[in-house]
Amino acid sequence: MSTATVENEPASTVDLGESGDGAGAIESFEVTLKVRRYDPERAEDAWWDEWTLTMYGTDRVLDALHKVKWEIDGSLTFRRSCAHGICGSDAMRINGRNRLACKTLLKDLDTSKPITVEAIKGLPIEKDLIVDMEPFFQSYREIMPFLINNSPAPTAERLQSPEDRERFDDTTKCILCAACTSSCPVFWTDGQYFGPAAIVNAHRFIFDSRDDAGDMRLEVLNDKEGVWRCRTTFNCTDACPRGIEVTKAIQEVKTAIITRSL
Amino acid sequence: MATQANPEAVLPAQGIEAPRSGRIDPKYLRSRTSRSNFEMMAWVFMRVSGAALVVLIFVHLWVNLMVGDGIHQIDFSFVAGKWANPVWQFWDLTMLWLAMLHGTNGMRTIINDYAEKDSTRAWLKAILYLSAAVIIILGTMVIFTFEPCLTDEAGNLLEGVAPEFCHGV
Repeated sequence: MSTATVENEPASTVDLGESGDGAGAIESFEVTLKVRRYDPERAEDAWWDEWTLTMYGTDRVLDALHKVKWEIDGSLTFRRSCAHGICGSDAMRINGRNRLACKTLLKDLDTSKPITVEAIKGLPIEKDLIVDMEPFFQSYREIMPFLINNSPAPTAERLQSPEDRERFDDTTKCILCAACTSSCPVFWTDGQYFGPAAIVNAHRFIFDSRDDAGDMRLEVLNDKEGVWRCRTTFNCTDACPRGIEVTKAIQEVKTAIITRSL
Repeated sequence: MATQANPEAVLPAQGIEAPRSGRIDPKYLRSRTSRSNFEMMAWVFMRVSGAALVVLIFVHLWVNLMVGDGIHQIDFSFVAGKWANPVWQFWDLTMLWLAMLHGTNGMRTIINDYAEKDSTRAWLKAILYLSAAVIIILGTMVIFTFEPCLTDEAGNLLEGVAPEFCHGV
């Protein structure tokens, strides 16, 4: 195997193909990252910081944030756990849209302008990109996000037909990143609205054939801060990094509440 | 062996607050939930009245502006002639009530969505409900007490104001 790269580099086991200007050559570019900072110990108001970085075509916004934190400014603060779009820790407002930093490739954004990164809106900011998620999880707890079944537990698992499972499949995908709730203009106003994420997770149990407490959850969401505050602006559906049809789920819960009371 | 552990330690602690309870910014705490179907009824009413208003208003505009002489026919006697007919009285009354309640409920949700302070919200809603009530009551009174054939103190018809059909009475 002939190689044109540095000799002490171990040969890659990954086949990168014959095309391009050599094995492993990844396009690199300059990108300006503009982050809205907040640190109550340093300043009363938030401020913007800008860094110009050399990044690669395979890098995500999270990699740019890591580069800043690890190599330039260690005080930059953000949440991330798995970094692979599963844990839902790093939802943030990138170029004015709620997304996961670990699922947003830099090359997919407009790199000719600075890429703005802010904390998600509507929840109190603690530091930089970290918000207090407690109000969000309080709403989540209120809809009782666990299976409630009054019949005695069977010796094996509770069986369910594929059709019954399909009924709530979409809403099982939620990773509780808060991208939807913090993109909702009704939630921004006063934070009283239950928010799309809580309704999605209620939907997951309301339409589960094994669950017996759907009625209780519908009663909770029939509150004046419940589903009726939804204005169907579809911000939540646009924001969801898992592609859940959030607004549709909310509409289904509304329909269920109406048909229940008829 | 693992299941033989101290049973007290396995049971969930009773009466002990969750580690981060009471940490929520008070502005996010939801005021006591009211058990009523009002919001649901309001939501359903918006859909039903909206559909009804499409028909009511379209026919209203068509009859007033397209049929006969069109826009040139509209004057005091045209309105008087319409309201001499109970069908149009009922039609306009329904339109008035549905449009006012539909619009008021729409404004109510906008106030709920945009007012950030409870006091602002209460004031705006008070003004809204008062003005809606005034218009609904006034409008209803006009439709039911409308007198097309106006007379002067002596009991003679007012010339130029009273519509044609008054002369026959």
